Amino acid sequence: MSSLLKWNKGGLKSPMSRANGLGSAKTGLDHWLMQRMTAVVNLVLGLWLIYSLVFNVGATYTEVLAFVGEPLHAIFLILFVMSTFYHSVLGMQVIVEDYVHDEGFKIFKLLGQRILFFGMAIACIFSILQVAL
Amino acid sequence: MTDTSIQKERPLSPHLQVYKPQITSISSILHRMAGVFLTFGLFLVTWGMVALADGRESFEYFIEFCQSTFGQILLIGWSAAFYYHMSTGIRHFVLDSGFLFEKKAASVSGFVVIAIAAILTALTWAYVYKDMLIGGAV
Repeated sequence: MSSLLKWNKGGLKSPMSRANGLGSAKTGLDHWLMQRMTAVVNLVLGLWLIYSLVFNVGATYTEVLAFVGEPLHAIFLILFVMSTFYHSVLGMQVIVEDYVHDEGFKIFKLLGQRILFFGMAIACIFSILQVAL
Repeated sequence: MTDTSIQKERPLSPHLQVYKPQITSISSILHRMAGVFLTFGLFLVTWGMVALADGRESFEYFIEFCQSTFGQILLIGWSAAFYYHMSTGIRHFVLDSGFLFEKKAASVSGFVVIAIAAILTALTWAYVYKDMLIGGAV
């Protein structure tokens, strides 16, 4: 494993010579852009969700089922789930990369959240569809 | 094991030990903390949606949790974090476009986003608790 991680400590090379020549991963712009695109979607749909919740406080179970059953509401909710979960994974990745310096834990954390949040997002979308269809 | 002393002693960014806290750095770190907090809010989102699909009993248990004191504190916290993260996020869009970099503009906008977040949070919860506020103590 350690030989696979080019940036791991150890060996005779200096940190500079280990980093030299690797180049960028070529995916930085995509990460940056998606974080901002999902931010805009979160802004619109997050406000919509807060508005919907606040103006429907005290709604019964049946009323909530009917609300989510509206196609437009179901579509908004699914988009909200996709956008927020994606945005969260991207944001947490930035934080982990900035503050966590243990390679093993970093990879565990990044992969772990991706897998967990992918599953949770699927559970949300499946639930919305189950109610709406 | 093979760490050299040079590697160990190198300071890592952010260099908190040499910087005095300022509104610009505070608003940035709060933006990240709000983001982490909101990430945990996604567990509640998932719970709510799955409970709704699961049936009346599960959903009412979820609502009961939301209406408990602990649930209300969490929801107020998450709404404040959302509004703050949203306002700072818009500020970051402006910064990305190359504006607000003057010393004064950077500081003032930092305070403005905090004020906007506080006002939006207060308005939201004033509406939720409007009967209690208008009707006075019951």
